Amino acid sequence: MRRANLSESQNQNKNAVSEKMTFTLSGALLGARRAIPVAISAFTVGLVFGILARQAKLSIVQALLMSSLVFAGASQFVALSLWTVVPLPVITIILTTFVVNMRHLLMGAALRPWFSRLSPSKVYTSVFFMVDESWALATSYFAAGGRDGAFLLGGGLMLFVAWVSSTVVGQTVGASIQNPARWGLDFAFTAVFIALLVGMWKGKSNFFAWAVAAIVAIAAAHWLPGKWYILLGGIAGSAVGAMTDAQ
Amino acid sequence: MHNDTLALITILGMALVTYITRAGGFWLMGLVTPSPRIEAWLRQIPGAVLMAIIAPTVLASSFAETLAALATALVALRTKNVLVAMLIGVGTVSLLRLVLK
Repeated sequence: MRRANLSESQNQNKNAVSEKMTFTLSGALLGARRAIPVAISAFTVGLVFGILARQAKLSIVQALLMSSLVFAGASQFVALSLWTVVPLPVITIILTTFVVNMRHLLMGAALRPWFSRLSPSKVYTSVFFMVDESWALATSYFAAGGRDGAFLLGGGLMLFVAWVSSTVVGQTVGASIQNPARWGLDFAFTAVFIALLVGMWKGKSNFFAWAVAAIVAIAAAHWLPGKWYILLGGIAGSAVGAMTDAQ
Repeated sequence: MHNDTLALITILGMALVTYITRAGGFWLMGLVTPSPRIEAWLRQIPGAVLMAIIAPTVLASSFAETLAALATALVALRTKNVLVAMLIGVGTVSLLRLVLK
């Protein structure tokens, strides 16, 4: 998954001249076509999500609702890993989802120079389908001079279809897997998170952040009840990251 | 299986806060400009949260998990494929649990 790089986008924003923005079907189709390679990769991740949703005892309707209404991979996997707690930790899951998805604030902010020239209904519909990959494609398209605002929506819809359909397929396939611990499937979440982390590695600005997140989480998991270690480790690690990352 | 109503409330709550993050950035930028430090902090959150989730399992449970985590990371680095990395990780941990017992 790609990371929001706002400082770069801001430089591009300064060059964005105040010309007219369009919002056409052909713009949406272009966005959708450009998103095909990342949609294939999203499909495989969605399969994994569906299989794990099944292991976490989500029904097909619940998995479908989560993928289509939330539509944010990392936070959905985090929610599944909390879904095993009894009774369901509603507030913790919602709070953690918010924290994990706070990066969207940056992505939406970076769209301002272009999207401020579109009607609010177009903007607030498009951003529902905004994910890391479609945002990255759209900002590079705008930066290269593209001026069709529907590009973001088209790419987002392509990824949405891939994500929701693969969730359903994965959840259905997952039904045939019996006794998950025997096959090491209890480790599947950890393995998925490791793979996502490897994709997020951007060099030494991550090193101290991740080391602190790991140390705080291990200490908190040892001394505190429940799943507090996730939020504590995440906040401590990202705070350290903010100091090593900022220029 | 959890209570269906609670599960539905959780999913709707997740959907609401996620949409707030998607719409909020565009809306807020009309009012304020985030500082570079806040941008850096927001960028670092997803990685730090994922690391916090896996650290107790990977580094503080058993040797099988630590080795399987290493194998998963190497495969993810080479293939860039989450599905393949997951399958290798799961396979490695189930083998190692048999061997190391």
